[in-house]
Amino acid sequence: MMNREGRATAPTAQGSEGAVATFTGNRGLDIEEPLIFEVGSGEVTGVDIDLPEAPENRLGALARKQGIGLPGLSEPEAMRHYVRLSRKNYAIDLGIYPLGSCTMKHNPRLNEKAVRLAGFGDIHPLQPESTVQGALELIDTLAHWLKTLTGLPAVAMSPKAGAHGELCGMMAIRAALEARGEPRSIVLVPESAHGTNPATAAYLGYKVVSVPAREDGTVDPEAVKERLSEDVAAIMLTNPNTCGLFEPDVRAIAEAVHEVGAYFYCDGANFNAIMGRTRPGDLGVDAMHINLHKTFSTPHGGGGPGAGPVVLSEALAPFAPLPFVVHGADGFRLVESLDDDAAGEAFGRMTAFHGQMGMFVRALAYMMSHGADGLRQAAEDAVLNANYVRACLKDTFSLPYNHDRPCMHEVLFDDSFLKGTGVSTLDFAKAMIDEGFHPMTVYFPLVVHGAMLIEPTESESKASLDQFVATLRRLADAAREGDTERFTGAPRYTPVGRLDETRAARHPILRWTPEQNASQAAE
Amino acid sequence: MSTLRYTKDHEWIRLDGETATIGITNYAQEQLGDVVFVELPEVGKEVAAGDEAAVVESVKAASEVYAPVAGEVVEVNEALTDAPDKVNEDPQGDGWFVKIKLADKTALDGLMDEDAYKAFLEESA
Amino acid sequence: MRYLPLTEADRKAMLKRIGAKDIDALFVDVPPEARLDSSDRPVDLPRRRSELEVERTLTRMAGRNVSAGAVPFFVGAGAYKHHVPATVDHLIQRSEFLTAYTPYQPEVSQGTLQYLFEFQTQVALLTGMEVANASMYDGSTGCGEAVLMAERVTKRRKAVLSGGLHPQYRAVVENLSHFGGSTVHALPPAINGEEDIVSAIDSETACVVVQTPNVYGSLTDLEPIARAAHENGALLIAVVTEVVSLGAVRSPGEMGADIVVAEGQSLGVGLSFGGPYVGLFATREKFLRQMPGRLAGETVDGEGKRGYVLTLSTREQHIRRERATSNICTNSGLCCLAFTIHLSLLGEKGFRDLARLNHHNACLLADRLSGVKGVEVLTPAFFNEFTIRTPKPGAEVVEALAEKGILGGVPVSRLEPTADAFGDLIVVASTEVNTDEDRDAYQTALKEVLA
Repeated sequence: MMNREGRATAPTAQGSEGAVATFTGNRGLDIEEPLIFEVGSGEVTGVDIDLPEAPENRLGALARKQGIGLPGLSEPEAMRHYVRLSRKNYAIDLGIYPLGSCTMKHNPRLNEKAVRLAGFGDIHPLQPESTVQGALELIDTLAHWLKTLTGLPAVAMSPKAGAHGELCGMMAIRAALEARGEPRSIVLVPESAHGTNPATAAYLGYKVVSVPAREDGTVDPEAVKERLSEDVAAIMLTNPNTCGLFEPDVRAIAEAVHEVGAYFYCDGANFNAIMGRTRPGDLGVDAMHINLHKTFSTPHGGGGPGAGPVVLSEALAPFAPLPFVVHGADGFRLVESLDDDAAGEAFGRMTAFHGQMGMFVRALAYMMSHGADGLRQAAEDAVLNANYVRACLKDTFSLPYNHDRPCMHEVLFDDSFLKGTGVSTLDFAKAMIDEGFHPMTVYFPLVVHGAMLIEPTESESKASLDQFVATLRRLADAAREGDTERFTGAPRYTPVGRLDETRAARHPILRWTPEQNASQAAE
Repeated sequence: MSTLRYTKDHEWIRLDGETATIGITNYAQEQLGDVVFVELPEVGKEVAAGDEAAVVESVKAASEVYAPVAGEVVEVNEALTDAPDKVNEDPQGDGWFVKIKLADKTALDGLMDEDAYKAFLEESA
Repeated sequence: MRYLPLTEADRKAMLKRIGAKDIDALFVDVPPEARLDSSDRPVDLPRRRSELEVERTLTRMAGRNVSAGAVPFFVGAGAYKHHVPATVDHLIQRSEFLTAYTPYQPEVSQGTLQYLFEFQTQVALLTGMEVANASMYDGSTGCGEAVLMAERVTKRRKAVLSGGLHPQYRAVVENLSHFGGSTVHALPPAINGEEDIVSAIDSETACVVVQTPNVYGSLTDLEPIARAAHENGALLIAVVTEVVSLGAVRSPGEMGADIVVAEGQSLGVGLSFGGPYVGLFATREKFLRQMPGRLAGETVDGEGKRGYVLTLSTREQHIRRERATSNICTNSGLCCLAFTIHLSLLGEKGFRDLARLNHHNACLLADRLSGVKGVEVLTPAFFNEFTIRTPKPGAEVVEALAEKGILGGVPVSRLEPTADAFGDLIVVASTEVNTDEDRDAYQTALKEVLA
């Protein structure tokens, strides 16, 4: 018998008279998800462990007696919990992530496949070297690519992140000075530098002397010379700088610095703009950290892990920390101890084991895929994209510097264009979220007011950029036309609205506690 | 009879007898935003003029507070530990930071009075 | 090129819009002497390759390595082979976790922030402490940061390190201290805690650093050391390199530790030839403001809805700059996620069972190996790792075992090259992955090697 009963198959023209609250608090595919402590239980587990009937126990008095209080989830519950959480995150795979200085480029999936090869992922750092020759070969190969791209003869591979690499590079500089018997006490840092630069210098006991920028946002070699003396250990320069500009006088600065026997540390966060177009070694750099998670596409993973290998000049190479890979007639080996003949004047160790192998594999896969020509093309596209954004927005946004000179891979605007509108840089950023874009970097660098630093990267298509700039233009117009609510009430279309950060800092709640559960149950 | 003065770093200092009370001005607290924490010095600490006396933190910023004059820290505002918002709500009253016993009472003479500070604010705007 | 969406037509149109003649015009600020001209050969490296070719090259390189899963495997000393459920790796590869950034815009990062909050809670519970951060790079750098923190808290400049501390962790602390201008008193290597660490603590000591189980596998009671430290106004820093031990052993927090640093690699992360790993860092509420690293905190939005944000950021370098508690900028993001997912799947029951199975397997192995002529187990109180003495040099034995297809452990001489007295020692680990066949194979091979 056929199905005789039909039903409505087109929407009825009822329209929505406003939001209808749901009973769950969910909104269709947007699902609320409590903490594991609120949904899990100590008896549930998503892992089957085959424990023997009478397991050995020789722990004696140090055996654990108290419970831990951990919740457990079965596999289906765990999948739901984390999949639901994931849907509350913006991601590069979702849309443009124009964060200046972060280089949010596409994370190729070949990288993920490569790093999961058992021969890379399932090897222990302390296995006999004869059993990990391929791993040492990979590190050596990556080191070769980094040295060749930067034009510097040595590289310290072990630092675990960019800031760690900075520390490494500055330690090498201090070690070199100590070896010369010259304990200098000052480090020069431009005003526009990222906070890690002065933090690193201060940690090493240096007094930080600030170098102001000139009107066009770049560093004046005269301003540097005024502050140079034989008590200066180094200058820490970011090039391209944090305003997105190539330092045109970088070689003059390097020369002046070298003349007084000091060193040039380069913050390589912005290397994406220049790879394949120029080599830091040719610009006079003595040490530069490279952020593999920026320039070389290793995934940002919600905040890490990163990797920060540091390329080093001839003068600093002897001081590179342990461990490092050397290539002999018998194959590769690791120099791990100061007692090894090949250790030279290594200043010591930055970390246990050998470095961020997982990021090395990914970065090498990325580099090999691009090749020298592809990397150069990537840098050019990154710079082209940023200049395109600049050209499309400069009449409606406000440029603090350089109306005529090109920017590099990122473009800096300030908040002058919002003056008198009642809309701040922060408000503008939140309105972008409602439009489906992650905001650009805001309030950095500190040298301009209400900074907006946009770095599209080479991964954005022209269509993506066109949509992006068109939307920003409309937002700028809306601000000037007095549509303030759009901004101050944003974001509206996210799982949560603006959060009370004051409360979070004044009354820090940094973990769940059983008492919280009781009070939640009571509500 | 108390004397009230201001510094270019937006601190105020009020002298009553031998003790001076120090805090930050309304302008400073506005610049900082919601104050979340104040790092106060130890009682008994000797400070020179220009030495750091305290650090005040908001969510997004941190700022040193300098001793405008030399002296010995005799009291700190413990109430700020649990209620840092006092700095925002009443910067020149309940939001005071430290009390210093002055070495030299004439040290305030070089500082701006209320009218001079107002003019200073207008100029910098 | 497959990762670059711009076409030649796009580039032309964009240059026109910019008003630039060609791409070189945008690089005008690069000094001519330093330019790698487009007409020259590009930098001397291979040209672009297809996915197929890259995969082929990397597979060949990977194929030259012996993976832990392919052979009987007993290597530990700071990194451990555990079974990671398939769910973990699947989840961390979701786009929204893998390709998300640091949660600076919390409204579009609640996924990341919530799992960090859950992670922080799990770490505090495991270690028996009050508060934990959103992770350090790894256990060793976390250990270095803990020493710096203790120096800030106590305003003293001397650290005392137990002789059972992992030598590479010791090296990290010594390096930081050298450059930071403080002193380190490192006690000589001690296998079973046969050191008088209490006497080494005085009124100049900022902290005492003790690892348990130590690098030789031996368990230590921290209580007497905690007492001595506190009597002298110093802090006790407990180091745990095998986080699974916390499922079977008393937590450092219970025993009086002030700061606990641990390597979280055992859960979710995999061996990965030494990195990336995940450093766990926990302390007492009263030291909160001196703790380095990121923190996720709970709060509410304008409608009273619960949400999470990064908080107490003023300790960090982007605000305090030269006055920051540390220069650390990243945490271990994706590795934190892997850790927290694995631990959520295990739960209390699974985690405790996992720990018991590890200990059980290690006991079985210790009995088997001490049955081999000439082999002595030196550490009577262990969790899943112990030290054996053999009649031949440890490095030789381990190499010979490798040739027979057994990865039998870490010769102490690799970690302490100058401690001649330890040249015949090997640190052996055993986890839940080891089977009876593995133990048979090890025993047989060891017999042959020592014959």
